[in-house]
Amino acid sequence: MPHYTLKVNGQSHVVDVPADTPLLWVLRDNLDLLGTKYGCGLGLCGACTIQFNGVAVRSCQLPVANATGEITTIEGLTPDGSHPLQKSWCDHDVAQCGYCQAGQIMSAAALLKNNPSPSDDDIDGAMAGNICRCGTYLRIRAAIKDAAHASTGGAK
Amino acid sequence: MKTETTTPLQSRFKPDLNRRDFLRISALVGGGLAIGFYLPGSVFGEVAPALENTAKNFTPNAFIRITPDNIVTIVAKNPEMGQGVKTSLPMIVAEELGADFSKVRIEQGTLDSQLGPQSAGGSMSTPMNYEPLRRAGAVARTLLVQAAATTWGVPVGECEVEQGSVIHRPSGRLLTFGELASKAAALPLPDEKTVELKNPKNFRLLGSRVGGIDNPDIVTGKPLFGLDQKIAGMDYAVYVKCPVFGGKVARANLDEIKKMPGVRDAFVIEGTADYFGLMPGIAIVADSTWSAFKARRALKVEWHEGTAASDSSASYEQAATELAAKPGEVLHNDGDLAAAFAGPVKVVAARYTYPYLYHATLEPMNATARPTDDGGLEIFAPTQMPGDAQEIAAKTVGVPKEKIKIHFTRSGGAFGRRLSNDYVAEVAAIAAKTGRAVKLTTMREDDTQHGHYRSTGWHHLKGAVNARGELVAWHNHFVTVGLNSTDKVGRAADMRPTEFPGRFVPNYRFERSIISTNVPTSWLRAPGSNALAFVFQSFLDELAHASAQDPLMFRLNLLGPDRKVPGPNKRDRPYDTERMKGVLKLAAEKSDWGASLPRGSGRGIAFHFSHLGYVAEVAEVSVSRDGQLKVHRVTVAADVGPIMNLSGAENQVQGSVIDGLSSAWLQEITLEKGRVAQSNFNDYPLLRINDAPTKIEVHFIRSDNPPTGLGEPALPPLPPALCNAIFAATGHRIRELPLSKTNLSWT
Repeated sequence: MPHYTLKVNGQSHVVDVPADTPLLWVLRDNLDLLGTKYGCGLGLCGACTIQFNGVAVRSCQLPVANATGEITTIEGLTPDGSHPLQKSWCDHDVAQCGYCQAGQIMSAAALLKNNPSPSDDDIDGAMAGNICRCGTYLRIRAAIKDAAHASTGGAK
Repeated sequence: MKTETTTPLQSRFKPDLNRRDFLRISALVGGGLAIGFYLPGSVFGEVAPALENTAKNFTPNAFIRITPDNIVTIVAKNPEMGQGVKTSLPMIVAEELGADFSKVRIEQGTLDSQLGPQSAGGSMSTPMNYEPLRRAGAVARTLLVQAAATTWGVPVGECEVEQGSVIHRPSGRLLTFGELASKAAALPLPDEKTVELKNPKNFRLLGSRVGGIDNPDIVTGKPLFGLDQKIAGMDYAVYVKCPVFGGKVARANLDEIKKMPGVRDAFVIEGTADYFGLMPGIAIVADSTWSAFKARRALKVEWHEGTAASDSSASYEQAATELAAKPGEVLHNDGDLAAAFAGPVKVVAARYTYPYLYHATLEPMNATARPTDDGGLEIFAPTQMPGDAQEIAAKTVGVPKEKIKIHFTRSGGAFGRRLSNDYVAEVAAIAAKTGRAVKLTTMREDDTQHGHYRSTGWHHLKGAVNARGELVAWHNHFVTVGLNSTDKVGRAADMRPTEFPGRFVPNYRFERSIISTNVPTSWLRAPGSNALAFVFQSFLDELAHASAQDPLMFRLNLLGPDRKVPGPNKRDRPYDTERMKGVLKLAAEKSDWGASLPRGSGRGIAFHFSHLGYVAEVAEVSVSRDGQLKVHRVTVAADVGPIMNLSGAENQVQGSVIDGLSSAWLQEITLEKGRVAQSNFNDYPLLRINDAPTKIEVHFIRSDNPPTGLGEPALPPLPPALCNAIFAATGHRIRELPLSKTNLSWT
């Protein structure tokens, strides 16, 4: 089997897996990074969202052979949960079951990178690929706005 | 007649505080106080084992622990699936105890018969646990106060508890719980039956907003869920069942599959005839999830599909139509229906129908098992019924249930699907065959096609309103489904013969017919109610409009004077019209009911009583001329008694609204050639953020009625409120769900 060198959360890992293995399963089964979730396997639900070279990507659709680049998972967003989105998610008590929330946060983090003060429409557009079965969408909107507010130093 | 619209939990567990001694205290090794539940029968009404035996065998389960380093630990005894009980139930203990909740450690309990019922369902976790947990907390507080009073040589009455300490104000002395714990452990146990409980008016923690206890772990991606469990060296498995429910394996390309990279084994499991247990199928065991998934895709099976292979949604529809044309079994009759319809009344008739629904938990069914040295298994599973999980695993493997150790993990959504433990039976069968640790992951496609679905149904309704605008007659011929039976209604597919508006209409008849289907049905969030509220509250709306009445006033008049109307069955709680009218009026007031809206916009109102909760909702929508629906605002008023965690309670209501929108708008499971036609979120869509309303307002009437859970009762009123709003906006009456099947365009 081929060997691949992956750069995940700033660290290099060598894995020995079939070339078509989605990055999702390499993260979960080989690297013990279990925060990235399996929901659909078809890029429909967003539970497996990670950042690949700074862009939100569905890791279930990214074969390991193509995953040469900077990979950031929820575990690497910050080591201590101090990202404004992580704090805001706790402040707004967003989660119910919590299964989708890592993917939600990774999508939101990619949004805020490019758009520090998103409107409701911007948020809906960027987050429409992430399903929350428990229906926490209103809190997700509020948490993203608050985090944006916090990271832009309070400037509206 | 078998009526099974409630979850099994409601009938199995009734709090019973008449027995004494449900708590035990003990000293902890190294000092400190432990309070444990014992005698599972005492507080929760199960059959109690002989007292002597239990007392002798009592092992402290340390439900509450206070250690000399001043750490208070409370065990979360029920499964957490997003409904918030891992936070809210310990809050009940902490409130009575007087602990500083921000410093309390909450520990997830494992299956332990001494902890009482550990199921999650029926919105019963709060009502079952509220009083026992209060008493447990109060006993601990009483002990700590006694220990402080003895230490200081002052009367107990001069001591107060505040945020984890006992204080003697006259002398300004203070001792922390940690400092008092060892002394408290040596004191005699106060009588929990007469221990002084706090006056709810003085609650500081209960009713406040507390963030979920696992939030910090959730936002950093910690492995909390079933699918996150790992055992060193374990295998990864999938389990493949016949696409026609109940079918058996004839032959399969197992030799080919076994040669695939990463595949360690592939074998047939004979299974049972239990549609909710271990069905026949093929297990593929591999070195990774991906190897198992790839092999599953390459698997070719010839099945003995059975006669149901020619079933379809169309054939079920036809069978229902044929039965509707004949009389059904009359299960309830009040007054004289024929005379009422013959009078000077306005008569409306309509047929309502709703589809099978899939639970669509975002975390698919899964479980992880490890063979133990005593021939049993240790199992990690996201389950709502850990006790049943233990039993089915024991039965599958053929060992006494004591040899099955169950750890229940956080569930990535459950909604009733995890009341079944089929996936636990499957992992047990696989681990028993291979003798190795294994994680079973169900692929989304298999999860979708092997659900235990919300039942489909058809209601043939006829109602009459007299000249005074009163509803005087109601006839329902309900055609429902049986699981390969025309005699016995399928699980969660029945309704109480006098479900509302039964008992409120003088001339009332309920008839039922059953079509035989091959689809396993089961409890989905707010079972029964999630479909019935749509049907009855929509048809009531039709009657209001047909008799030119305001839908709110019509409903208030139907509920009538303040009173408690006895429940349909003896064990059902009465229907409190005052509470229902209270939430109805509040929802109307807060939603600007009656204020004018432009054409193409409308409000709809609906209410429903379920799971001991009274809820009314108003939806405000607009529909473009070409039929695009936008839901702007949903106003919810709920009376579920006192609120435990306000943040969690609001979250449950908001989530119920989204769930109701999602299912009423978008979702259906259909059958073709005996198979479920849908397979993933492309053809079984879930509502996305861009279709979520801008506003969901939640208003609680905090009554001092007994508390109930909020996982379910806020869901049922949403679909009819939505459909009634669409009617107000467009004139389209939705009688079939999902409403995406109806063209909503208007001119």
